[in-house]
Formats: sequence, structure tokens, C-alpha cells
Amino acid sequence: MAKRNAPEVNAGSMADIAFLLLIFFLVTTTIETDSGITRKLPPINDEEQDPPPLKEKNIFIVLINSNGDLLVEDEQMEIKNLKTAAKEFLDNGGGQGDEACNYCRGAGDPKSSDNPIKAVISLQNDRLTDYGIYITVQNELVKAYTELRNREANRLYGRDFTAMVKDYKNKADYDGDVDKLKERIETIKDMFPQKLSEAEPSRSK
Amino acid sequence: MSKFKKKKGGDTPAISTASLPDIVFMLLFFFMVVTVLRDTSIKVKQNLPYADQVEKLEKKNLVMYIYAGKPSKRYQGQFGDEAKIQLNDKFASVKDIQQFIYEERQSKREELRNLLITSLKVDKKTNMGLVSDIKQELREAEALKINYTSKEGDALQNIN
Repeated sequence: MAKRNAPEVNAGSMADIAFLLLIFFLVTTTIETDSGITRKLPPINDEEQDPPPLKEKNIFIVLINSNGDLLVEDEQMEIKNLKTAAKEFLDNGGGQGDEACNYCRGAGDPKSSDNPIKAVISLQNDRLTDYGIYITVQNELVKAYTELRNREANRLYGRDFTAMVKDYKNKADYDGDVDKLKERIETIKDMFPQKLSEAEPSRSK
Repeated sequence: MSKFKKKKGGDTPAISTASLPDIVFMLLFFFMVVTVLRDTSIKVKQNLPYADQVEKLEKKNLVMYIYAGKPSKRYQGQFGDEAKIQLNDKFASVKDIQQFIYEERQSKREELRNLLITSLKVDKKTNMGLVSDIKQELREAEALKINYTSKEGDALQNIN
């Protein structure tokens, strides 16, 4: 019996095939990083409720018109100054007695907010406002809260609030006490609660 | 002496390409793993705004996408250049949003239904009126968790 050697398969074109596949995946890949500003919408209440009484000075009103101009507390303002203004308002701590704020570092102006727990930012926009501007304003307001929260977290626990939240999200990799971490995050959130109220946009005339 | 000369005289050996397929396969597997094949083709302009106070959307299967913006160039003849909403693969009106949310909710397992997040992918040149209408519909459908999906970057770039 003649014993024949099986001829070896030429693997030289393997690279070509692999390249073809590689190029296909390279072209179709979109490394999507979906991230954005997370918000919670207010639920619709069937029965009309009276809004809780708020002192005029505890509300920080931000209006955006159709051209993207800002009116903050009845004064025109550039968007780049909004964050500082919001921080000053939140951190003011002008309250006395029960409403005093012992961690605020603001000016303590009696005409501005009493306490960050009571302070509400009201955002109102026009139906013709650009979405981009709206996001910028939202972003600046959230940033004001984040910076204040970071400051307090650094003072109390020696690290950034954002770092703590990140650790809490990756619980599995965190080697400290998770319950304690959660408690700390809640504490900071209670010090500067995000109270952003959005009115329905006004109609443009 | 002659020993050394002999060595020098030989041709330079060809570089072996035998390991090339291995390298290519490695790259191939990397891209296969990270690839997310789009299941919808986007028919509206998507120039998302920038923001830096962002949170990542971790679980892709728990996200519902609502796209809005002007129809892209090749659909403009048919649909005009007013900003429109896109759900799944087709243009929709504001009224269709509730139905869409209910359908999405039905397709998920019961214990996951209240973890759903709606991602709003809206072009930055869209009017807020449309976005407000979407938000109102979402409130009525009780899909309260939303995410304004945006590109990461300095938010002040949006103004120009």
C-alpha cells in the first residue's frame, strides 16, 4: 500500500482572510460612549396640590429667552458667570436660628438664600430656546452643586464627592466599607440637595 | 578570518511572517468584542451638545432611545427640515411616544421595568419646545428617568 503524505494546507492566505474581517469590524465599530446629564422628571399629580410655601429669597430664578440670553434674578448674565452666581446663592447661608447653616462659607447676605437645604433653583426656558444652550445651563447648574458637594466631602472625609460616587458605582472593586460610603454620600447629598425646578416653557409671542 | 567572512556573505534572511495572522487575529478579536452593531439607522441630524457633568449609561439593554433633530440631508426632500422625532427606525410624532414606551416596557422582564432609562439624543440646534413636548409625554407615560445624552467636553462650546 502506498502511503501518501497528506499535503499541507497552505495557510498563507489566512492573514488575508483575517485582515478582511478585521477591516469589516474596524469600519462598523462605533465605540459608543453613551453618557449624559441624568435627570428625574416630576411625576404628574392628579389632584392639584398647593406648592409648599417658599420664601422669595430662597428661589434663584434663571430665565433663558429664545436668543439664548440669560436673565438671572432680574439681571442679565453671561453663561460663564452663571456657575459662580449659583454657588454664591446656594452657599450664602443667611439664615438665623433654626435656619442657620453651619457649613456655608458664603457672604451671609440676608437678601439671598437662608440655607442650601431650602434653596431652590428655578429654570425656565422659552419654546424657541436652542437645546444646546439649555444643556449648557443645566450643566453649569449641576456643576455648581458638584463643586459645593466636593468641597464639603473634602472637608469631612478628605476626598472628592465625585470620587466617592464613582467608588459606589463600582462596589465590587471598592475595598472599604460600602455601607459607610453610602451613608457618607447621603450625608453630602443632604447638605446640598439638588433642587432644580423646571417650569413648563413659555410660549413665544 | 575566513570563518567570519562566510557568515557575512549570506543573504539577509526573510523576516518570517508566520506570526502575522496571529497578530491580526488578536486585533480582530479585540474589535469583535468592543463592537456594538447599531440596530437602528439614524435618520435625523445628531450633533449632540457638550457637557461635562455626565453620568455613564451602564446597562445598554435598559436604555430606551429617543432621537430628535432635523431630518438628515437625504430625507429632507421627503420630510422637510423641521425638527422631528425618531423612534426605532422611523419618524414619529409626539403622540407615538407613550405607545413606544409601553411597548419597550412590555419587552423587558418585569423586575427590570422600573430600572429603564430614557436617553434623549437631541441635536443641539433643536428648539426646546419639541424637547418639552417629549418630556411631557414621558411624564404621562411615567418614564421619569431621563438622560440628556451628550458628548463629553466643555459645555461652553455649545453657545457658538
